[in-house]
Amino acid sequence: MHWINFPLLTIMIWSGLRIYWADRADPFGVGIGFIGWHWFDLFPDSVNEKLGLNQTLARGMAFHFTVAWLFTLNGVAYGLYLWRSGGWRHLLPEKESLGDAAKVVANDLHLSTAPLPPQGRYNGAQRWSYTLILVLGAVAVLTGLSIYKPTQLSFLTALFGGYEMARSIHFFVTLSFVAFFIVHIFQVAMAGFGNFWSMISGYELESEKPVGDSQTVSEAVSA
Amino acid sequence: MPKNESVPKSESVSKNPTTEKDPSLAREQRYAALERGTPRLDEVQFYQRSRRSVLVGGLAALAGFSVFRSIQTADLVDRAPGPLRAVHEKNESLWRALFREDHLARTFDPSESSPIRVNGRKGLDEDFDPATWELRIEGPDGELLGTHSMDDIRALAKVDHTIEHKCVEGWSHVVTWGGARFSDLASLYEDQLGQLPDYVDLRTPDGGYYVGVDLATMLHSQTLLTYEMQGQELEPAHGAPLRLTTPLKYGIKQIKRIGTIRFSHQQPSDYWHERGYDWYAHL
Repeated sequence: MHWINFPLLTIMIWSGLRIYWADRADPFGVGIGFIGWHWFDLFPDSVNEKLGLNQTLARGMAFHFTVAWLFTLNGVAYGLYLWRSGGWRHLLPEKESLGDAAKVVANDLHLSTAPLPPQGRYNGAQRWSYTLILVLGAVAVLTGLSIYKPTQLSFLTALFGGYEMARSIHFFVTLSFVAFFIVHIFQVAMAGFGNFWSMISGYELESEKPVGDSQTVSEAVSA
Repeated sequence: MPKNESVPKSESVSKNPTTEKDPSLAREQRYAALERGTPRLDEVQFYQRSRRSVLVGGLAALAGFSVFRSIQTADLVDRAPGPLRAVHEKNESLWRALFREDHLARTFDPSESSPIRVNGRKGLDEDFDPATWELRIEGPDGELLGTHSMDDIRALAKVDHTIEHKCVEGWSHVVTWGGARFSDLASLYEDQLGQLPDYVDLRTPDGGYYVGVDLATMLHSQTLLTYEMQGQELEPAHGAPLRLTTPLKYGIKQIKRIGTIRFSHQQPSDYWHERGYDWYAHL
């Protein structure tokens, strides 16, 4: 379920760009208009032409409104799995996680050499970012629905501040996915291959005992 | 401390006196208990499983990619790849089933509105003579049921509303339309037709642009036969003398300069549907 997101989101962003670029009047300028000024052209025309994203709106919409269902189903399935398996205990932030996250990030950026706080499978920063990305996934689906059927689902559109606002949020969530992906891949690469194999196979190597294993704990107690 | 069902009673953290003094130790024990359920393998098994997973994953990725390629290269149905056209139609049945006529599009204050841009001129034949214009109403077999002048349309109850017009291209624009509800015109034909057919086919006088719309959308209270924009008479580029506007559909369905309206039992042909777009194009 984790891996399926990669091809699904790739198609969603690719088809989304086809829709995004259908309006030649730089919709992103409109998209962030509520902040009050124009930031930048996300994709200059030249890049857009090289990617072959011009004049492909109909195909873009068709893919977007097809794969959106698969992305939604996958997300719902993952949510159910987290709930039924108890996996959420590894994932959801705890009350200490925010403080832990700050320490972990400071350590990763080599700003601090203080010892890291205790952690389970995921540290505080991971708990927060992995939970946040799930929430963003849900927001992507809900803002998507509210710009897909703004009249039939007008209550949902209103919840996100109207059609244009929902559309802006939809773009920002997309940018967040891309940013998350880049940091995520970098972190996985830094964590090494043993960790990568575990991501793929779903098993852990016996010699790589997690921090806080009962044996280490009892040793710590006796010491 | 969060409830933790996977901790066996005998090892329950709360019973361990040392944790009272060191909360981080308690956390470590709790995390350790959580990990106890994770299957652990020795090195040989671990890499064997990993290799197998990579192989299976690689095959799945290849299969996924070939599905994607097969959609991209599938036979086109109305210029959309067959599988995607099929999903468009599934989506249409779903949203038709969920359609509620009392779900209204948001309306705005007229002061928030401004003239909308001209985004399409198809079907707006240059030689058009407004003086000879009349609206033709046809039955399912193309038989003429009646004709209307602009005075007839203006005689129907007038509706002014400010709504957000939305384009498939992604832009939207708040605009004020004035006109008559299509449902008021349609009710003039209920006696002739009995129950109204499921679809409405609308065409420009020169036949250069044509749209098909489902009856439920046409009869919606916000679907107007429009002759005013921003309180002014409609300009030719915006579809004078009479165009369709509805916040239930994208702009591609809001045909300018209507010449003929036909009640139809079959799904009518539609200009942009024939060019790869979803027929329903509903909002």
